[in-house]
This record gives sequence, C-alpha cells and structure tokens, in this order.
Amino acid sequence: MSVVLDLKNVSVKLDDKVIVENSSFTVRKGECLGILGESGSGKSMTVKAVLGLLDKNFETSGVAIFNGENLLNKSKESLRNIRGKDITMVLQNPMTCFDPLYRIGNQMAETFKTHTNWSNEEIYKNSLDILNRMKIRDGEEVLKKYPHQISGGMLQRIMIGIAMAMKPKLLIADEPTTAIDAITQYEIMQEFQKIKEEHETAMIFITHDLGAVSLIADDIVVMNNGKIVERGDFNHIIHNSKDSYTRLLVEKRISVMKKYREVVYREEV
Amino acid sequence: MLKIDGVNVSFKSERQEKLFGTSRKQVLFDISLDIPKGKCLGILGESGSGKSTLGRVICGLLKPDSGDIYINGNSVYGSKIGKKELRNKLSVVFQDYTTSANPRFKVKDIISEGIAVKERKTGQKIDRLAEVTKMLEIVGLSGDYINRYPHELSGGQLQRVCIARAVACNSDIILFDEAISSLDAHTQVQIMELLIKLKENLNLTYIFITHDLTSITYLCDDVLFLYRGRVTEHIPVSEISKTKDLYAKKLLSSIIEF
Repeated sequence: MSVVLDLKNVSVKLDDKVIVENSSFTVRKGECLGILGESGSGKSMTVKAVLGLLDKNFETSGVAIFNGENLLNKSKESLRNIRGKDITMVLQNPMTCFDPLYRIGNQMAETFKTHTNWSNEEIYKNSLDILNRMKIRDGEEVLKKYPHQISGGMLQRIMIGIAMAMKPKLLIADEPTTAIDAITQYEIMQEFQKIKEEHETAMIFITHDLGAVSLIADDIVVMNNGKIVERGDFNHIIHNSKDSYTRLLVEKRISVMKKYREVVYREEV
Repeated sequence: MLKIDGVNVSFKSERQEKLFGTSRKQVLFDISLDIPKGKCLGILGESGSGKSTLGRVICGLLKPDSGDIYINGNSVYGSKIGKKELRNKLSVVFQDYTTSANPRFKVKDIISEGIAVKERKTGQKIDRLAEVTKMLEIVGLSGDYINRYPHELSGGQLQRVCIARAVACNSDIILFDEAISSLDAHTQVQIMELLIKLKENLNLTYIFITHDLTSITYLCDDVLFLYRGRVTEHIPVSEISKTKDLYAKKLLSSIIEF
C-alpha cells in the first residue's frame, strides 16, 4: 500500500527541553497506526507538530512527508488548506471542540464553505446526509441545536462525520473515546472500524487504552517521555515486547482483564 | 454499617414550564440499600443516572427530599449525632483531583489536614511529619514529595495524595466518586492494586462510583446498577454475568476483550 505520511526524526523542543525526540513512523493507505502512551509522553505533540498546530515557541525539526511535500517547512496558509481537507482531526473532548455560540448546522457548513464551492442547499443536504450516516436521528432538528443541547457521544459522532466528509487521505484521532462513557465508546470504535473498512482512509489513532488500540490498529508505536520505545503489531506488543515500560502497560491491562474474565465467565472457565 | 433508606432527591427543573413557581425533576427514586463493613460496593450507571447525586447524599452534602441515611443506627440528616458520626467515619475522594487539593498547600500540608482530623478524633498529638511520610509510603510515593506543590505532581501522583489524605483521617468508609476514571489506564490499575491492599490492611469499607465495568470486577464485592435514578439491580459481582438489567448487559457486551 502507498505511504500516506512518512515521519523521519521529528523532534519538538520548547526552550531547551526536548518534548519529542527523533520520532519516526509511516502511515499507509487503508492502515491504522496506534500511538500508545501515558499522558505527557508526547503522543499528541508529535501529531500537532506535523500539522503545524504548535505556536512559535516550539522548535520542530525533522521531516514529515505527506503527498510528496514536507509538512514541517510549509507556510501556515498552505497547511491550513491541507488541514480539514486532506488531513482531518478528531479531538478528545467534543464539548470544547465546538463553538458554543453557533448552531451545529452552521459549524458543519463552515468546513464545507472553506473547502468546496457548494451552494447552501447542497451544504444542507450533505450535512443531513452525514448525520444520517452517523446514525443520528432527527437530523434536521440536530442541525438547529447548540452544542450544549446534545450529548457528548453524539457530538463526537458529528465531529467524526465532519472529519470524514471531505474524504481525507489521513484521519487523526486524538484520544477520541477517553471522555466518553463505556457504551458510547464502543459505538464510536465501531464507527472508526467502519470508516477504515469502507473508505481505506489512513488513520492515526492516539490513545492510552490498549483495548481500543487492539480493535483498530494494524501497527502500534509506544511512546514514553517523548521517545518511541517500542513498535510492532498488537501481538508483538502484548507478547514479545522487551521494553520495560511497554511491559508495565501490558501487564496492568492483562491483570484487569484476567480478573474480569474470572468474575464474568466463572462457570465457563 | 451504613444504611440508606428510601432516599428521594429532586432538583429544580432546568426547563421552566410554568411562568410562576418551579417544577422539580426527580433524579433519585426511593433508593434503599445496606453497606456492610469491610465490603466494597460499586455503583455503576451511565452519565446522568444519578450516581454522583447518590454519592453526595451518602457523604452528607445533599439533604434528600425524603428518606435518610443511617450510620451505625444513627440518622444522618435527622440528628446531630449521626451527622457527626458520619463525618468521623467517612472520607471522600472526588473525580477532579486538581480542584480538590489546595494549590497553595504543599503535599505535607494537604495530608496534614487529614491527620488533624484524626488528632481531633482520638485526642492524641501525632508527629505530623512522620505520619505524612507513612501515609505517602502507603500510597506508594516516596518521602521526597512532601515539599512539592500540587502543580508539580502528575495526575496519578496527585490523586494518590488525595487518597492518602482520605486514609489519614482514619475513616472506616471511603467514597470514591469516579476517582480514577480520568487517569491513564495503567495508573488506574496501580491505584486499584493499592486500594485492595489498603482495604485488607485497614479493614476499610469502600463505595466506588464509576462507569467502568472492568474496575468494578477488579475491586468490588457487590455492584449496584443505577438507571435514570432507580436501582435496577443490586447483586454480588460474581453474578454479574447473569444480570437481567439491560444497561448492564449492554455494558458487558461493550467491553473490549483481547
């Protein structure tokens, strides 16, 4: 499969402090890369640096090749055109990602107005279509609502809908399920799996949850203190990883699941 | 040890339907349960099901419309003795650790507050510094942390300090209101391991409010399902697979296993 994003030795520095150190990975078409790590390990920072979302105080170096161009030395203006069309992002907390003063419909229209030359009716029709695809009932009602009037899970689904609307080459999901309760979390994970199967979009999935990563990622990199400490597929991470930090992550999760199985499937074990 | 008897709670409705007067929305319906000593009760429900409201009623922060809490037979909202008893016996760890520790206090001051409660209860003077170090040790932090401020600690460390403060009060019951949900997956497990150890050593009673089923199965003896303010099921964790509750079934099927 063709390479969509290729990172080579990307580092991020703030003053003299190294936040991300020599991060390299590739994302291919139709594949999902999981970035695993605890808070403060630099997983979001890597992605933000690539998208040019960091301010001037941060110093980035290295190469990030997307579509044959290095994203790290592109101008702000051209990066903005890439973001939202070729690369889209789904963020952790849906409640803070929408402007509370605008209706959902207007916020969805904003994206379309920037990247397409659709008429207002087309925009309206496409917005409804997205809501339908994301299994949100009463689409017309929802478009008129303000973000605080609908639930977090629904907002998150709308955000995924917007992110997928422009048929991006790369979708970046930054802890999309962390702020959401367990059942909605599961539904959203199914949404992501569907996207991966149907659209062959390349994906970067950032999380600290091994369970979520096990469902979707083809390849996993584990980050600790700004460095990639382990990489490989899920089986490798679970069974053969040598890095002590990765082992800690895996063991803790396994011990919880073991207890869970003991309790739930008591008769069957 | 702790008895909850027919608790009803309602709040002023958000949507004002009448021009004058207010309508009220009931969030808890006739909740009764017993919490025996040395057990861990998990309270599980989706957001908005009333689990945190129940938690607030249990720790004496919210007077129910009707019904009462009894601790060792004393009514909490009906008598001063009961309220005092509850305050002596119960401590709380809240979800948001950043706002439950005073940012101007050092770690030793934060934990000393808990120790002060213990001093008042027992009437003895306690060597604060030694006790703080001991408490930090219990929650798995080294003594180097005593002179740090909350912002110098990570989320998991600060939550541990909050747990240390709760333990330092020498309470019998500790209530955790989504105390570990916002932490990293492996930090959650580390803290749960710590809680299990503490419970065995000090014979504590836990009330554990969460929406995560795996932490219930890891930690709790009994589980209570709340749905829209009603208890739909109250069963031992070992029988969780036989649950008839729809929400619980849905939760069970949404656990990602590998």
